Amino acid sequence: MRSHKLRKRVDMAASLLAVGCVLVALIPLVSILVEVIRNGAPMLSWEFITDRTTSGVGNAILGSLQIVMYAAFIGLPVGILTGIYISEFGNNRMGSTIRFFNDVMANFPSIVVGLLVYAMLIVYLGMTYSIIVASVALSIIMIPIVANTTEESLKMVPNSLREGALALGVPRWRTVLKVVLSNGRSGVITGALLAVARVAGETAPLILTTMFSYFWTVSPNEPSAALPTLIFNYAMGYSSLTVDEAMRHAWGAALVLIMLVLSLNVSVRLLSMRRFKKNHKGARRWRTRLSLKA
Amino acid sequence: MENKIVTEGLNAYFGDVHAVKGVDLAIPANSITAIIGPSGCGKSTLIRCMNRMHEVVKDARVEGRVVIDGEDIYAPGSDAVEIRRKVGMVFQKPNPFPTMSIYDNVVAGLRLNGERDWKRLDAAVERSLKLAALWEEVKGQLDASGVSISGGQQQRLCIARALAVEPEVLLLDEPCSALDPIATAKIEDLLFDLKNNFTIVIVTHNMQQAARISDFTAFMYLGELVEFGITKDLFENPKEELTEKYITGRFG
Repeated sequence: MRSHKLRKRVDMAASLLAVGCVLVALIPLVSILVEVIRNGAPMLSWEFITDRTTSGVGNAILGSLQIVMYAAFIGLPVGILTGIYISEFGNNRMGSTIRFFNDVMANFPSIVVGLLVYAMLIVYLGMTYSIIVASVALSIIMIPIVANTTEESLKMVPNSLREGALALGVPRWRTVLKVVLSNGRSGVITGALLAVARVAGETAPLILTTMFSYFWTVSPNEPSAALPTLIFNYAMGYSSLTVDEAMRHAWGAALVLIMLVLSLNVSVRLLSMRRFKKNHKGARRWRTRLSLKA
Repeated sequence: MENKIVTEGLNAYFGDVHAVKGVDLAIPANSITAIIGPSGCGKSTLIRCMNRMHEVVKDARVEGRVVIDGEDIYAPGSDAVEIRRKVGMVFQKPNPFPTMSIYDNVVAGLRLNGERDWKRLDAAVERSLKLAALWEEVKGQLDASGVSISGGQQQRLCIARALAVEPEVLLLDEPCSALDPIATAKIEDLLFDLKNNFTIVIVTHNMQQAARISDFTAFMYLGELVEFGITKDLFENPKEELTEKYITGRFG
């Protein structure tokens, strides 16, 4: 009886400890959200979102969207294909070498990536500070993240499915494309999303590669504002606004950035859900045929 | 009777492990050949050499010849993909594609090889599911996921999927080991019907199953082919002492 009681107490203590740790982990998350919303929400208005810098953050939103979009254009295909290679064809020297460098790259500090791109594209090749240079920097940060998550999610696809397709006389590349990728798709999409969300908030490489602009930038070859650099500039007081005003703008921009990342997440998730339903084209067609016959 | 598959001095390895040792075997066309033997004796590896699925595994290699319809499938220039279309395979664990409907599963081999004609696909679905004795059970739910049906149905779906690409040979690797006796009986009946049009090679752990359905039986032990013959003879008058010991349950 005593040992039973003791066991119950130990169980209780362990549970409490676990719950306590979760709460501790939640404190910074919740306080960041609360603080950003408390300080940022009063700033939100149509003018704040659509006006250009010093009266709003419109040009920074546009700049961020463009930089992230170009970065995704470069980074996602390279990252996903790298992940596919190391998961499906990387059972050799080459594969493990790529895997190793990929892991090293994933741990590069982003400022170093920014510095590298700055040195290569701006100093050496003589390009100007611009959206496209920033995209290159962000895509270099994205590639190892996307490659890793792609590899992980493809490794989760059971081998029996690969063998099933190969045994039907389906060529290797088609098996990877149509069976392996379609079964690991949700993981790949989630990984791509995480990478986009991660680089959307990167600041250090942007400071070195796009500088800042108070105007609307639509050409990828010009300097541009971006939300993280705007927050950085205002919080550091690099602006014509008063310190108080600058801080309020910075909080507002922070809230906008968080909302952008969040809406990106939700919309891609909705999109991938709809794509799954489309998958059964053949079956649908069959059903129509049966109903026509009847 | 004409031989469909002939292996000559076939050796198969996994890295340093010698899994199949110098097997010479001639499998007659339009018959069921069972391969029996204790676990790890190389049965599965042997049939995986017959559609070049052995080489899919890392560090695996094959020596010797496997001749199907007079052509060595390991000859330089022969195409593994072509061979697998001619020699279908069903695995131990049912493995329908979870992201595809029943319909898409059946025609996966055709669609993934570029067939787009819906009339042909529709016909292949109906024909293959009927051959696999599954049509009556699933014809109303062809749009359901391939993994939404029972294990026995999934295995018959996999057989239908293999038949849809119109192979000449069907290799089955312990297809009933994950199934209950009723589902097993259905698959055995099905194989019996199929042998008129296909050459069937089945690996099985279950000696009663081999005795029930097969015309010829091969007994393997430690990677070697011990005895091969007409099933009735092999079970009633085994030539080798090892075979007798195995089929009477004295080891293995």
